[in-house]
Amino acid sequence: MRTEIRVGGLGGQGVILCGMIIGKAASIFDGKHATLIQAFGPEARGSAASAQVTVADEPIGYPYVRRPDVLVVMSPDAYTTFVPTLKEGGSLLYESDLVVPDKRLPTGAKVLGVPATRLAEELGRRLVMNIVMVGFFTATTKLISYEAARKAVLDSVPRGTEELNLKAFEAGFAYGQRLVSGEDSRVA
Amino acid sequence: MHADPKGVLTGLHFIDGDHAACEGAIAAGCRFAAGYPITPSTEVVERFAARIPLVGGVFIQMEDEIASSIAILGAAWAGHKVMTVTSGPGLSLMMEHIGYAAMTETPCVFVDVQRGGPSTGLPTLPAQADMMQVRWGSHGDYNVIALSPNSPQECFDLMIKAFNLAELYRTPVFFMMDEVVGHMTERVAIPRPEDIEVVPRRWTSRKPGDYRAYEPGEDLVPEMVKAGDGFRVHITGLTHDERGYPAMNPQAQDKLVRRLVDKIRKNAHKLVDVRGENLEDADVVVISYGITSRIAAAAVEEARAAGRKVGHLRLVIVWPFPEPLVAELASRVKAFVVPELNLGQMVREVERVVAGKAQVVSVPHAGGTVHQVEDILAKILEVAK
Amino acid sequence: MSSLAVNVELPELQNPLMPYLRQDRIPHIWCPGCGIGTSLNAFIRALDEMQFDLNKLAVVSGIGCTGRVAGYLNVDSFHTTHGRAIPFATGLKLGNPDLKVVVYSGDGDLFAIGGNHFIHAARRNMDLFVVCVNNFTYGMTGGQVAPTTPLGATQTTMPYGNFEPPFNLPYLADSCGAVYVARWTVYHVRQLTRAFKEGLSKKGFVFLEVLSPCPTLYSRRNRLGDGVEQLKYYKEKSVVKNGADTRDVGLSFQGDIVVGTFVNRERPTWLEAMNEHFSQRFGDRYQPYGVHRED
Repeated sequence: MRTEIRVGGLGGQGVILCGMIIGKAASIFDGKHATLIQAFGPEARGSAASAQVTVADEPIGYPYVRRPDVLVVMSPDAYTTFVPTLKEGGSLLYESDLVVPDKRLPTGAKVLGVPATRLAEELGRRLVMNIVMVGFFTATTKLISYEAARKAVLDSVPRGTEELNLKAFEAGFAYGQRLVSGEDSRVA
Repeated sequence: MHADPKGVLTGLHFIDGDHAACEGAIAAGCRFAAGYPITPSTEVVERFAARIPLVGGVFIQMEDEIASSIAILGAAWAGHKVMTVTSGPGLSLMMEHIGYAAMTETPCVFVDVQRGGPSTGLPTLPAQADMMQVRWGSHGDYNVIALSPNSPQECFDLMIKAFNLAELYRTPVFFMMDEVVGHMTERVAIPRPEDIEVVPRRWTSRKPGDYRAYEPGEDLVPEMVKAGDGFRVHITGLTHDERGYPAMNPQAQDKLVRRLVDKIRKNAHKLVDVRGENLEDADVVVISYGITSRIAAAAVEEARAAGRKVGHLRLVIVWPFPEPLVAELASRVKAFVVPELNLGQMVREVERVVAGKAQVVSVPHAGGTVHQVEDILAKILEVAK
Repeated sequence: MSSLAVNVELPELQNPLMPYLRQDRIPHIWCPGCGIGTSLNAFIRALDEMQFDLNKLAVVSGIGCTGRVAGYLNVDSFHTTHGRAIPFATGLKLGNPDLKVVVYSGDGDLFAIGGNHFIHAARRNMDLFVVCVNNFTYGMTGGQVAPTTPLGATQTTMPYGNFEPPFNLPYLADSCGAVYVARWTVYHVRQLTRAFKEGLSKKGFVFLEVLSPCPTLYSRRNRLGDGVEQLKYYKEKSVVKNGADTRDVGLSFQGDIVVGTFVNRERPTWLEAMNEHFSQRFGDRYQPYGVHRED
């Protein structure tokens, strides 16, 4: 099984860290294989930022993401840029206060929104919205285990911010769980 | 000899190839690095600069690559294991000191995180287009060793090998990464120090007065000393005799330069490091190295799934080129397919060794990204018909 | 042949300074009247007078006539590439801070092709003693214009006279941060020996400019006579001004030569600054590099 994930957003939103935690959870704590590639270069430092994560049971050959199975977007620009690449029947995970999914979605796409910024602000720091996204990703895709994701968050955030980030992770995870167990998850 | 525990971060890490290469160098015993910032290699020395104060060593950012590439040679003659790190344009600037290192037989590692060229080219995007530059780039005759990792894990593992080979052969060793491998993050398992074998410098057991700096041993490699130990050596880039003194005549030139080439050439059988898959029944063999080997492996797998007898030979040590192995394959396969992120560099080496005994097909790519699996697969299917 | 010949058994005499040289490499390559050997003589006398531990001395040269100094001295010596003696010496010094590392090279090597390295090593206060034998020309390649060639002097690549302003080397070294800057000519052998002793004792980036004749190329092409004529010029036109403002010590074609010790100050070396900085940053976890613990 090979799953391709694209995380897109704005510089400063913690897009790369989000991808890093997903990859780390899968490869270090779940014992799968993961490859992370980050868009690198001056063009990535201004507005757009994106990370490509491949998670697989087998060693990964081709390292880039071509047609993501899961697209995580935190900005309208990232949605516009990457939604044409989303695989048919793939999942769109989006920041629901910033992104409005539209008819550009491929057929059969699963669409899952989370007000990650608002949830982060409720915790007191807008900055942790990327970790809310990680929690949301964990609950909705089940590509990485809850335990692995939690460990990867703890292992990746700056010292002294563990508690806040765990709360953010839990908030995103709980929101995601409600969504996938309830009726909010809709098919475009 | 085992790795110094002080420098070894035993455990599992999720880090990119640049960072892993730095950890490999530190585990191998490198305690002096000099460099100049250049994308996509800079993270290697950034990490070194952050790590080395508490490990015990020095990093200095020099004023340019020319300075970096000779500062490390000075530090090597002070007794250190050394490296510098760069990418294409910087490597071009270092060429004279690669020759100086070869001529003075100074153990050193040059890390080249390859990007698209020529000139400034594609600073943030990959290529494998320095393969011939590292082999032939400095003037005169000499020989080098080059390794080509294809993952962050190999950036760690093979870096230790690179340092070990530099010590064994007293020659510049090139670590031929590329932008993808450098910036790709994967799991890297760092073993315990007692499980990491490092080769110490080949210090002489002789006393001052009884020691000649360039008297070769049986394997054609001389023993080494360092400045400050009372040997009063003279080291020069001029053609020199076994004392190290300049000797400006054709006989001295022939003796020295022939040995510099032969110490690699005649030990080449010990320097074979390849990964072969499905070579036994192969009609077609794909030869690849570095990041391209991962794409090639996927193409080979698909071709086999389609019933084609295709093998894969991945070069881990690229220089010296494994001539006998490729010659042997040439005597029994129909064709070779050689994908690389350049417009045809190592394929020339394959053609030279195959010498017309089989078809050799290049799958060139000017760089900027990696091949598509389909590009390589199409060539395989074309020649496997 | 001569009727005055007498057979006297002379004892085997040896210059007491000969052990400082690799005697199996003599004769040297320098021309009659060249001043490089005189400068080397002053250096060796300084070492001898100081009873310097030669096993802790390393000499690094670039390429050129002066670059050959490394090959004749009986110490650990490194004849490097053109212009790059300073970065090699930087690595050597940082690799083993117990060594006294002397860079001995020419004006073209240190200030044209190697100029960038000079200014940065001075800026860093790298603990190196840089000796520049300045003969105003490229000797080894046949007398081309150098970054020190005075205005108006003729060189093979300035056949109608040099129109490029030269560097004022002490001013350059001073403004880049050298802690000791002096200039002497090879006429001033005693002062030169003293300057070598001071340079060997001083910690940090030390710069000594030694003016030297090149009778074969520079003097001949400019009709300045032989080596002796140049020494006469040095004698007549040199003015000792210790502590002179380095802005005022530029040289002109056969003009006055200000000599002396211009700069002598204290500043932490690169290594001292690094150790101090990391000790503050990391506390006891940091073991100062290249410093031997007394335990």
